[in-house]
Amino acid sequence: MDIKSPEFKQSARIALQDANLQKALGNLKAGFPGKRAAAVARVPEFEELRDQAHDLKNHILEHLDLYLEEFEARVVENGGQVHWCSTSEDARQTILQICREQNAKTVTKGKSMVTEEINLNEFLEENDIRPVETDLGEYILQLRGDHPSHIIAPAIHLNLEDVSEAFHEHHKRPKSDDPAELMAEAREMLRKQFVAADVGITGANFLVAETGSTLIVTNEGNGDLTQTLPKTHIVVSSIEKVVPTLEDMSLFLRLLARSATGQEYSVYNTLSSGNRRPDDQDGPENFHVVLVDNGRSDMVGTQFQDMLRCIRCSACMNHCPVYGSVGGHSYGWVYPGPMGSVLTPQMIGIEKAGLLPNASTFCGKCEEVCPVRIPLPKLMRHWREKEYEKHLSPKAVRWGLSGWAFLATRPRLYRLFSSSASKVMRMLGGGKGKVTKLPLAAGWTDHRDMPTPTGKTFMQQWDERQKQEKQP
Amino acid sequence: MSDTHTPPIKVGLFVTCLADMFRPEVAFATVKLLEQAGFLVDVPKAQTCCGQPAFNSGDNESTRKIARQTIEAFDGYRYVIGPSGSCIGMLHHYPELFADDDPWKARAEDLKARAFEITSFLVDEVDFSGIQSDFKGKITYHDSCSGLRELGIKQQPRQLLSEIDGLELNEMQEAETCCGFGGTFCVKYADISNRMVSNKTGFAADSGADTLVGGDLGCLLNMAGKLKREGREMEVRHVVELLAGMTDSAAIGDADYDLGQEL
Repeated sequence: MDIKSPEFKQSARIALQDANLQKALGNLKAGFPGKRAAAVARVPEFEELRDQAHDLKNHILEHLDLYLEEFEARVVENGGQVHWCSTSEDARQTILQICREQNAKTVTKGKSMVTEEINLNEFLEENDIRPVETDLGEYILQLRGDHPSHIIAPAIHLNLEDVSEAFHEHHKRPKSDDPAELMAEAREMLRKQFVAADVGITGANFLVAETGSTLIVTNEGNGDLTQTLPKTHIVVSSIEKVVPTLEDMSLFLRLLARSATGQEYSVYNTLSSGNRRPDDQDGPENFHVVLVDNGRSDMVGTQFQDMLRCIRCSACMNHCPVYGSVGGHSYGWVYPGPMGSVLTPQMIGIEKAGLLPNASTFCGKCEEVCPVRIPLPKLMRHWREKEYEKHLSPKAVRWGLSGWAFLATRPRLYRLFSSSASKVMRMLGGGKGKVTKLPLAAGWTDHRDMPTPTGKTFMQQWDERQKQEKQP
Repeated sequence: MSDTHTPPIKVGLFVTCLADMFRPEVAFATVKLLEQAGFLVDVPKAQTCCGQPAFNSGDNESTRKIARQTIEAFDGYRYVIGPSGSCIGMLHHYPELFADDDPWKARAEDLKARAFEITSFLVDEVDFSGIQSDFKGKITYHDSCSGLRELGIKQQPRQLLSEIDGLELNEMQEAETCCGFGGTFCVKYADISNRMVSNKTGFAADSGADTLVGGDLGCLLNMAGKLKREGREMEVRHVVELLAGMTDSAAIGDADYDLGQEL
């Protein structure tokens, strides 16, 4: 996927004017937050669960190597293989090699953001292997040559008409705008693919160290067909998904669906534990887990470590007023919204992603709903610090800031400045209480009036009052 | 000043740079409320701004300088009170700026323990119930983000406002959603900020209230400016103006004063 994060502002401007997108975002805002709130309200101990999940994740991150090695040992015991990949390229090559060993022509895929991160689909196509997305949203996007704009509802930026149009064009069927009919149509098309696939690739929501199992949650069951029908199942997962035990996994599952969609549980919670055993009815003959690092282990022990607690529920973006205004594609890479604004700079570099951690008012709503209490505004601010240290912030901003800081650290001078500035603004206001245009503040006055000072500064008036009181 | 038998406790007013420059009435109303609650109010001259523009731009060195200056300016006051959840919230961030072995850390912690936003101070710390205000009207209340989420300010202003007989509170939809101000955000991401503030003024207008009230001037200037641009009739005021019974002056963005006297 091409990186478009440096164009965030232009993309956002276009997104704000896109009526179709705005309609779709309206549906998101009307849906997820209310459902989450209702689901959370039904669990009196929800806040305690968040604390437990926070602490448990921190514990895991302190012992990440230990749990990953235990996970690997159990996978091998179960007859599977674990591949450690430090970069996207390592992961792509590893997956390609497994596919080639199976002489694979068609690969079905369950929903996986990590495979987006490593740009797997394009790579497989370049190597004459046909990836078929089987999650309904991902399937629609693949038909359209599009990418996810949301980590759990990838096609949230589309409306029914868009889906209807895409299906009509690619399925060569009469056009329908009935969601049930469209669903049935997708189902029919995908059945053939599930059966034809040589390899099934899924992501993982959790990796369970004690059993060597991987877990995916879905609402469509497509993941089950992807991982049980083909001869070979490849799980592509990032390293921070590991949890010690099944019981620990259950704690996160209690938080995950509620935070994400407001469901108590996702419809399908499917564990895969290695190769098909002799007595098993079904299951893959070959089971591979591709562990992707891609910069994550570099975050351990740094001020960004908290980000690795993320369980990809999407609550932060569902509640973010910026995401809700511009949608996920504006962020210009794989992970949008607040979690993406922290993760993306780590993966593509702050040089390219600098606009993302700045695109926040620090309203704190994301942190308020995060099931594992990631201090997202604080982490975004840490990226701004990096940006400032590396002199990446725009010159005008740096100069403005240092000029302001010069004054703000000299109270006497500051008072002189503020009283003059107040006077100038009052003159510009001409007694009307507001100005409609203000030099150097076009960003403000393009869209709104600027209320002007109502009189001398408080410090001036307070001084005058103190002097009067002292006079006999 | 009050005639209490014990000498009144001295509090330091953290004016906030926006109140200082754009709306001194807000600082005077805060002074009045503190005096009604029996405190002696002092305004340390060595204060400027809380440092948030630098902090949120990643310039920690400048932020530390401003923090040290503010800590020194308010040394010795039993309480430090300001009419803004955002600026007081920033004072609460000061300890993060200093290493554990830096002596300024303890001083920052000490300031944090003494620093309160005005409405939460009146309700949570001193249980004040002497509101005198003849304000009449239907208002709606915007919960500013920093106050709400960093300092837990939600019911305190509402409780104080409920003491005003002529006041009716019509809650708007999404009262807790950000108005899009965000300090420099509103200029750096003007288009997004505009969408957010438009949503907010729409909800405020739909509430049926004739006055939009809040506790942070940044948000209030933003929303008032948008309401003006949209040609809506709604007035905008800081909550302390209502609580102190100081609503004779023009609302935010409405001022109509005589320039000739001063210029």
